[in-house]
Amino acid sequence: MPWERDQMAERAAQELEDGWYVNLGIGIPTLVANYVGDKDITLQSENGMLGMGPFPYEGEEDPDLINAGKQTITELNRTSYFDSAESFAMIRGGKIAAAILGAMEVAENGDLANWMIPGKLVKGMGGAMDLVAGVKKVVVVMDHTNKTGEPKLLRKCTLPLTGTGVVDRIITNLGVLDVVEGGLKIVECAPGVTEDEIREKTEATIVD
Amino acid sequence: MQKVYGSAAEALDGLLHDGMLIAAGGFGLCGIPELLIQAIRDAGTKDLTVASNNAGVDGFGLGLLLESKQVKKMMSSYVGENAEFMRQYLSGELELEFNPQGTLAERMRAGGAGIAGFYTKTGYGTQIGEGKEVKKFGEDHYILEEGIFADLSIVKAWKADDTGNLVFRKTARNFNPPAAMCGKVCVAEVEEIVPRGSLDPDCIHLPGIYVHRLIQGEHEKRIEKVTTRKKEAV
Repeated sequence: MPWERDQMAERAAQELEDGWYVNLGIGIPTLVANYVGDKDITLQSENGMLGMGPFPYEGEEDPDLINAGKQTITELNRTSYFDSAESFAMIRGGKIAAAILGAMEVAENGDLANWMIPGKLVKGMGGAMDLVAGVKKVVVVMDHTNKTGEPKLLRKCTLPLTGTGVVDRIITNLGVLDVVEGGLKIVECAPGVTEDEIREKTEATIVD
Repeated sequence: MQKVYGSAAEALDGLLHDGMLIAAGGFGLCGIPELLIQAIRDAGTKDLTVASNNAGVDGFGLGLLLESKQVKKMMSSYVGENAEFMRQYLSGELELEFNPQGTLAERMRAGGAGIAGFYTKTGYGTQIGEGKEVKKFGEDHYILEEGIFADLSIVKAWKADDTGNLVFRKTARNFNPPAAMCGKVCVAEVEEIVPRGSLDPDCIHLPGIYVHRLIQGEHEKRIEKVTTRKKEAV
């Protein structure tokens, strides 16, 4: 059985190491926070916070306390706040150990596209371009194929890029792949998924 | 010098003109200068270029200035929460200059700090880098981004003293300090103006040198996405 959303998030959480400062994107990456277990992880929210806590209890929402997805959240006893320029100083400056992001397309050389579909979906890149340019390790969590079954791991991205050669590891509903010299390398298959199935549903070059 | 004004309209008096560039603080609807935005809507100033991370939502924040067609161009990183924005942009009525979020913040900070331009890795090899100077430092490529020098800054803080020293609250700080810095004139709206001497000088987030006019007002502080968890049963 391919992984469900929460299982992908749980798998992505294994990428994080004790003591890391980490930025989680919107969607499945946000769920990763539920699976860090005993590891001492500090979550950065690029709107100006280190030490992001869980959602508030009903009735305790604070309009001055949101995450980068504009959701109400809480602070922890380690929390610090800062402005947006400082927030991206730490991102660009390589202080954040890892970012876990969603993607529309990833190419075999690590190019990432996740911010717009020309003429259709014009939302913007937010902080994604700064994150992929600055953090040490970029992990992408995404469905392996689109709704019509077409591959999203491609030889070359067709959508406008977020960054070139920036992705280190890809976690899909079918498995885990690394961006290596010459293409993508399968490092793990979801339970019941074969390497052949991953190859069949991937356009990017798979190297052994 | 008297910085405290009685209302948003009074504080903006003489500062607005058609075609001007305004830098606005806020992230989503958090920490936005909602009273000053409403006053600009009421003033009817047209052909505005607005540098702001987001464009508000339909009916609130900068969404008000979009509905009244006062905005010619937005400089933003994310505009996905606003249907009217999308309609005007896709129909060609509104110009949009996408800026990566950190680039936008740094362009504001740079403008306010007298830095005309800076090189960043962000956006190299993407649409954002097209037409911009590329320079290689070490093994990496960087693109040249320019500082933003705005005609007017509008920001929201939590508290101020009457000299304009500002204190922000939690994540409502966001773009407000860099936005405040990059304007020729900065108008700040706050929830409370306290007497000088009552803010801890070690805990001022933005010194009053950046703030020229000040108002106190009632803020709606709308929440964009309420997310909560349930208390576990004991």
